[in-house]
Amino acid sequence: MDNNKSWIDQRFPLTKVWNEHLAEYYTPRNFNFWYFFGSLAMLVLVIQIVTGIFLTMHFKPDAANAFASVEYIMRDVNWGWLIRYLHSTGASAFFIVIYLHMYRGLLYGSYKAPRELIWILGVVLYIALMAEAFMGYVLPWGQMSYWGAQVIISLFGSVPFIGPDLLTWILGDYAVGDPALNRFFSLHVIALPLILVVLVFLHIVALHTVGSNNPDGVEIKKNKDKDGIPKDGIPFHPYYSVKDIVGVVVFLMLFSAVVFFAPAMNGYFLEHANFIEANPLKTPDHIAPLWYLTPFYSILRAIPPMFGSQFPGVVGMFGALLILLALPWLDRSKVKSIRYRSWPYKVALGVFVISFIVLGWLGMQPVTPINALLARIFTVTYFGFFILMPWFTSIGKTKEVPARVTE
Amino acid sequence: MKKLLKTTLSVLAGLVISFNVLAAAAVTLDLANIDIRDQKSLQNGAKLFMNYCSGCHSIAFMRYNRIGKDLNISDADVEKNLMFNSDKIGEPITSSMSSKGAVQWFGTTPPDLSLISRSKGVDWIYTYLRGFYKDESRPFGVNNKISVNVSMPDVLWELKQNQSTEDFDQDVRDITNFLDYVGEPSKLVRIDLGYKVLAFLFVLFILSYLLKKEYWKDVKYGKWRAKD
Repeated sequence: MDNNKSWIDQRFPLTKVWNEHLAEYYTPRNFNFWYFFGSLAMLVLVIQIVTGIFLTMHFKPDAANAFASVEYIMRDVNWGWLIRYLHSTGASAFFIVIYLHMYRGLLYGSYKAPRELIWILGVVLYIALMAEAFMGYVLPWGQMSYWGAQVIISLFGSVPFIGPDLLTWILGDYAVGDPALNRFFSLHVIALPLILVVLVFLHIVALHTVGSNNPDGVEIKKNKDKDGIPKDGIPFHPYYSVKDIVGVVVFLMLFSAVVFFAPAMNGYFLEHANFIEANPLKTPDHIAPLWYLTPFYSILRAIPPMFGSQFPGVVGMFGALLILLALPWLDRSKVKSIRYRSWPYKVALGVFVISFIVLGWLGMQPVTPINALLARIFTVTYFGFFILMPWFTSIGKTKEVPARVTE
Repeated sequence: MKKLLKTTLSVLAGLVISFNVLAAAAVTLDLANIDIRDQKSLQNGAKLFMNYCSGCHSIAFMRYNRIGKDLNISDADVEKNLMFNSDKIGEPITSSMSSKGAVQWFGTTPPDLSLISRSKGVDWIYTYLRGFYKDESRPFGVNNKISVNVSMPDVLWELKQNQSTEDFDQDVRDITNFLDYVGEPSKLVRIDLGYKVLAFLFVLFILSYLLKKEYWKDVKYGKWRAKD
């Protein structure tokens, strides 16, 4: 065994990588519940890729056959229903895990120096994931696939000057149709997954360079023993690998409960109208994207057209995503963790979370005057969180951060 | 340009439809109370569907022999009791009515019902089938309380007249049950497998938790470094 190891090590840094990233990668000892979601996101990515490979074997990316081929997978392919439900539930699970993962970042200031690049790579990952999910949702070619794509893609038509040409270029046609389905399939199964995998790799490389933050926001590398090992650190493997296994099993229990007992989640994970084949001649009475995109859909609808153009809404929607990139520089607080922050930050974070959830809920509802008003108010508070951040993170009294992590 | 016109027209058509849907949405649905494990109900539903519905409506994502297999009906019985045309037992259940004829007789093609239980829900089907009432202004003399001005005649009127309301409701419930099964034939397998998967994961949870606890004793007592 040792012989084999050294044979490989002379040719490939196997032991070195193993030690640097697992056995001698020192992680703060005080991780709590919120620190499960990074590894869970990787698990879901693997689930999506593996189930996706099998779905691709049976799916037909053709407007005339796509819908029927999904039902063929559900009925005639051995275990096809399971593979498909794992994949469709996986999409929603991915966003649940990612939203909790990002919220952890907000709670403990994980985006602050020296972890800005980890955060930026993560935001880019999140945006790529949204594109991936959106295109995947078009593939079953149901009514919501079709009309959701029609609504979202038509936004590009509102870009000043080049809009209409851009729209035709994206769709390969004047409306969503077979060419769009084909290219979304291509982007969904190869282009975006490649981008996602590369970004995950970079995200982890950046993380392992600076080391993990923790619920106290204490830099464990500032306190090392005589061997150069952080006093508050423990090797990732075996301690966090065995802990993450528990997280994985609990996650799989919840995940399986959905897959086996409520795969459509009463229309939230698989919309009812998507069991009707796409029909360009019949607009559904209510078009809503899946839940994980609705906060941004709400922002899009909340911003009124200006000069007869929908473009401001589009700018608002993408701006709501891109503004996340500026977070490390908007936050002026001296402390990272919510445990030691001043009260204005706690209030602002609470308002932000409420805004995000309410916008998400509104995005699923039809527009009514009261809903439109609510969407506008919460769009303002959503952006207010970022725009006012330099101010509310520099006022109020912060608590003293301990030198070492707390139990 | 033609495409653009087509899209605009479709949006307008959609608006008209959506107003109808909104108007209909006000009606509350009766609970179907179906039991997917009730084989007798599913078998009766299959029989009623093939006799009263399949003349016009296809369930094209479903095969005859799959129904036989799932509902414990032998191939010979399926051929004798459920198949009324020259289809073969492994074929999908398509309707023998041509779409051209359908447009002539009903003004529209009857929709495929493979996924009706998933798009409309079982309560809708149950309420719809029991929701026909006399309306001489309509071509077939009937209208429907939740699908206003629907083109479909009340095909179950004979069943409604010849038996008690309870028995009729049970027949409609059986058809609904059958359509729920048709919407997702793997539903029973899915649920049964789900219990086994959760039981397995629960055992795995206990083991993984004990493993974690054992390892983390080192961390708790600061002993992890003593090992190397």
